[in-house]
Amino acid sequence: MYNKGTIIPGLMLFVLFVTFPIWFNVFTTAGELPKPESPPGGEKHCIASAEYMRANHMQLLNEWRDNVLRDGNREILEIDGVKYPKGLQLACLKCHSRKEKFCDSCHTYAAVQPYCWDCHLTPKEAGSKEATH
Amino acid sequence: MKYAFSFVAVLALVIIAWLGSMIPGLQYLFGIAIPYLAIMIFLGGFIYRVVQWAKSPVPFSIPTTCGQGKSLDFIKQDKLDCPTRASEVAARMFLEIFAFRSLFRNTKSELHEGPKITYESSRWLWLAALLFHYSFLIIVIRHMRLFLNPVPQWLQFLGFLDGGAMLQVGAPLLYASSLGLLGGVVFLFGRRLVNRNVRYISLANDYFPLFLIFAIAVTGMLMRYFLRTNIDIVTIKELLVGLVTLHPVINAEIGSIFYIHVFLVSALLVYFPFSKLMHMGGVFMSPTRNMPNNSRAKRHINPWNDPTIKPHSYAGYEDEFREFMVDAGIPVEKELPPRKDEE
Repeated sequence: MYNKGTIIPGLMLFVLFVTFPIWFNVFTTAGELPKPESPPGGEKHCIASAEYMRANHMQLLNEWRDNVLRDGNREILEIDGVKYPKGLQLACLKCHSRKEKFCDSCHTYAAVQPYCWDCHLTPKEAGSKEATH
Repeated sequence: MKYAFSFVAVLALVIIAWLGSMIPGLQYLFGIAIPYLAIMIFLGGFIYRVVQWAKSPVPFSIPTTCGQGKSLDFIKQDKLDCPTRASEVAARMFLEIFAFRSLFRNTKSELHEGPKITYESSRWLWLAALLFHYSFLIIVIRHMRLFLNPVPQWLQFLGFLDGGAMLQVGAPLLYASSLGLLGGVVFLFGRRLVNRNVRYISLANDYFPLFLIFAIAVTGMLMRYFLRTNIDIVTIKELLVGLVTLHPVINAEIGSIFYIHVFLVSALLVYFPFSKLMHMGGVFMSPTRNMPNNSRAKRHINPWNDPTIKPHSYAGYEDEFREFMVDAGIPVEKELPPRKDEE
């Protein structure tokens, strides 16, 4: 083998890069799973099943956003006799009232940065605003 | 027909993963066993190929020179295109690897009436190659968010730059790099079809990786934006983190599109070391790029040389054969010594 001095360190660097997740996770709490909090109020019904919501909530919210803000369609949904106005704060956060313990748990885990909160207030923020006014 | 074969091969891979992942129990094969096998073949094959190249001697000093070589003091040397020093070679390699400098020189030739041939600069290949490779790199790095927990800040920032900062389209956010990869791969494929010269020299193993990467990009985007049934990112990340912490588990049903995507990526990893895709390692190993053009200042020793064969100069050669040369009437530089006893 020629040029061992550069080729072997180069290959070692390459293997180190490719296996980066293996040795990175040795030093972290990799195995821990997020535990999104169930509604503190004890509500059991949502607009759809948990499996559906886990996979599709972002698309549903996006659709609602377009309905309400772009098309002015504020039609109120009625599911199993419960009325849900279309809206993150109007519907979702009514039960899942702690964004920090519900939304953030999985979003942090999966490194998702939704831009909901560019406009929306979390219940915590909303509470503190009311207190100051 | 060469592209039809590659297309059918990729389609077969998709169908194998699609049908296979629906058989109970085989999720462990497609989600755990095959990815492990694939990454091991990838690493082993990559190292094997590089070591094979490293074992091949370079008999001659063969850097490609694309500019004025080092000469007299008043002649300006083109240091990037005809490097003589290690630092200049490093600069040339850096630009080749990060900016694809040699593709920038791509030309296209056309035959006009006359007949007259014309050449003109054709930089679309360079542009599409940059788009394709950098998009692919960003996508690979971005996928690390599914393997690392907690996700490092810089990785979150990369995801933000690629998604929220570029385009705020849809939910989940559309990534600019997804469009870049698709656009790049479609251009590179279209070029092979449209350009007659390139089409003539294209083989099945040129089309196959393009189809494969196209299918990987499309299945990834389908999974992210459209076929979201049973695509719960937490379950998927649990599996992927499990893979890299060596405790893989599949705790819930994951949609077939995920297994198709993973199987295609595994196929790419296995195919990688034994195909043209090895240009990833090869670009570092090409003697036409990584050698300095200094063969006049420094003698390049051919490693093949038999050490028992000593250099034989012309003067030595003439010394050995002078008599025969004179006999045959061949001119010699040094005449035969005058004979002492003539008989």
